[in-house]
Amino acid sequence: MSTSDIPTRGPARPGPYILSGILIAIGIVMPLVVPIYARQMPTLFGMPFFYWYQMLWVLIDSFLLWICYRVITREDRRRRDAVRNTTAPSGDDEPEPRS
Amino acid sequence: MSGIASSISAAAAGARPINGVALAVVIIIFVLVAVLGFLAVRWRITPEERGLQSLDQWGLGGRGFGSWITWFLLGGDLYTAYTFIAVPAAMYSTGAVSGFFAVPYTVVLYPIVFLLMARLWSVSHRHGFVTPADFVGGRYGSKSLSTAVAVTGIVATMPYIALQLVGIKSVLTVLGLGSGANAFMQDLPLIIAFVVLAAYTYTAGLRAPAAIAIVKDLLIYVAIIAAIIWLPSQFGGWSSIFAAAQTKMAATNPATGLPVGSVIPGAASFNAYWTLALGSAMALFMYPHSITGVLSTKSRNTIRRNAVVLPIYSLMLGFLALLGYVAIKAGTQPIGPDGKVNPQLVIPQLFLDHFPSWFAGVALAAIAVGALVPAAIMSIAASNLFTRNIYRDLFRPNATPQQEAKMSKLVSLLVKLGALLFVITMDQAAAINLQLLGGVWILQTFPAIVAGLYTRWFHRWALLLGWAVGIIYGTVAAYGVVNPVTHAHFGGSIAPIPFTNISIYIAVTAFVMNAIVSVVFTLIFRALKIRDGRDTTTVSDYGADELDPKVRVIEKTAEPTQAGPARPRG
Repeated sequence: MSTSDIPTRGPARPGPYILSGILIAIGIVMPLVVPIYARQMPTLFGMPFFYWYQMLWVLIDSFLLWICYRVITREDRRRRDAVRNTTAPSGDDEPEPRS
Repeated sequence: MSGIASSISAAAAGARPINGVALAVVIIIFVLVAVLGFLAVRWRITPEERGLQSLDQWGLGGRGFGSWITWFLLGGDLYTAYTFIAVPAAMYSTGAVSGFFAVPYTVVLYPIVFLLMARLWSVSHRHGFVTPADFVGGRYGSKSLSTAVAVTGIVATMPYIALQLVGIKSVLTVLGLGSGANAFMQDLPLIIAFVVLAAYTYTAGLRAPAAIAIVKDLLIYVAIIAAIIWLPSQFGGWSSIFAAAQTKMAATNPATGLPVGSVIPGAASFNAYWTLALGSAMALFMYPHSITGVLSTKSRNTIRRNAVVLPIYSLMLGFLALLGYVAIKAGTQPIGPDGKVNPQLVIPQLFLDHFPSWFAGVALAAIAVGALVPAAIMSIAASNLFTRNIYRDLFRPNATPQQEAKMSKLVSLLVKLGALLFVITMDQAAAINLQLLGGVWILQTFPAIVAGLYTRWFHRWALLLGWAVGIIYGTVAAYGVVNPVTHAHFGGSIAPIPFTNISIYIAVTAFVMNAIVSVVFTLIFRALKIRDGRDTTTVSDYGADELDPKVRVIEKTAEPTQAGPARPRG
């Protein structure tokens, strides 16, 4: 199956991946460190900290992933443009098999 | 309120009155949804693709869902009716540890999805993989390993489908159905609902739940937003609701001599709490129905875009969980037709007690339809696994796409029939126990699938051995958890790590053992030079997007006379 070895993307720059990796790690670890939020105070609208902190992380994670999405798709597009036919701008070239 | 009074008196009599208006609304919505399900066969399809002659069409909706449809589809797929029923029920009964962990679970889920699922999409796009077991088979060249993954997926999904029926059942009970004179009449509404579901899934495949999910999600958002705005103000605001919950949880449970539960977990349950959240998050996208949702999308980035916007459902789930506490404050009486307290009735009962009948009908219909969507997707996913990885891989290697689609449609009927019989003939507790075990089992496919997305370092036999160790330990440990009140086995999903007294989620312990065995035996098998399987994927497959050609196409162009060596049909 050597023909499918044709790279689909050019080489990666580490920056965007490191940044996204850090944001993803924050998004996974912070909602799981129970000792920092298993407490009553401060309350918000009568809701203990334990509850609103965890629900707040829904929004924070969403925001972090939005940044990751922007950074990663940009890098992804750059890597694809590096190997695709430069005469056809990316995004509207037909899915034609390259040989 | 008269609702409470009437439900209490009904409970005393052992039967519930039928709420005519709410029931009529539920029936109307159910009929509309069924019509939509059948019409979906013509949705987003070209005339020559009609008839759904392949698994790509029937089982993956043509692999062409964009961001919006995927958002509704995955929202309906992951946040199931059982979740809507069980999470508030757990909050109502024992508080935060067994209920509210669902929030961090569905928060940390999305970074994991963002990280992994785009790669799985790419390699599946290139090779035409339909199931996770297809990928494992293609990556490791091992039928034993792919069969293990397929069987685990099917076995873990079956009780999950049965639990969706439990969700519908609790809605029907609150509506006053299901307390008929004989067993058949009692289950008749459930049987009708499931027969209709089976018929439109058979006809329209994944397009049916995708179309229905849009309606269901809109209904559920309306119901929950109304409940969040209206109910707290009726019961003196959140502070008095939490105070009522605190009072209930601090009381001593006479059966155990311990407090009923906790509003804020104590230090002893910290490890249980975060391992439940993390383990469940890692497991969710190993379930075949989640992967079916991912592979039905049209581009590599659709799932990543959805990882950004799907968490809105988690926020909704958080508020829904808190309705369990609202029910404590409201004095909701979740009493079943047998006169016993059944916490799973708490949410439907709360809506029926405190909203006008027609609106309660909308909310209850949203929950019931919310059971049909995941049940449909799960049955499709289980049938795809059976068709591709058992029927085709083991018995009919030359099955045509038409034969595969036909087989899968038939199996989807059997799967639903099995789930129905399970719920009707067996105790509900059996379905819940098996679902709990299913979560432990499905996580044992994580090393093979996820490691495979990044590296081919692991040896196929080491992964199989690790899988077996994880499954055996997880099953034994779950059996060993005894319910302190009923003394029944499978009493929970928390057990101490062996040789310690730190209690964590059993699935996570089993997963760590699985991973260690996989690493150690990979080293051993490499040292012994035991032959490994052939990898049909290449590095470039994992970054491919929708514009990159499928491997099948490349082979046809490059070597027109020669069929692909490993999988003739790609």
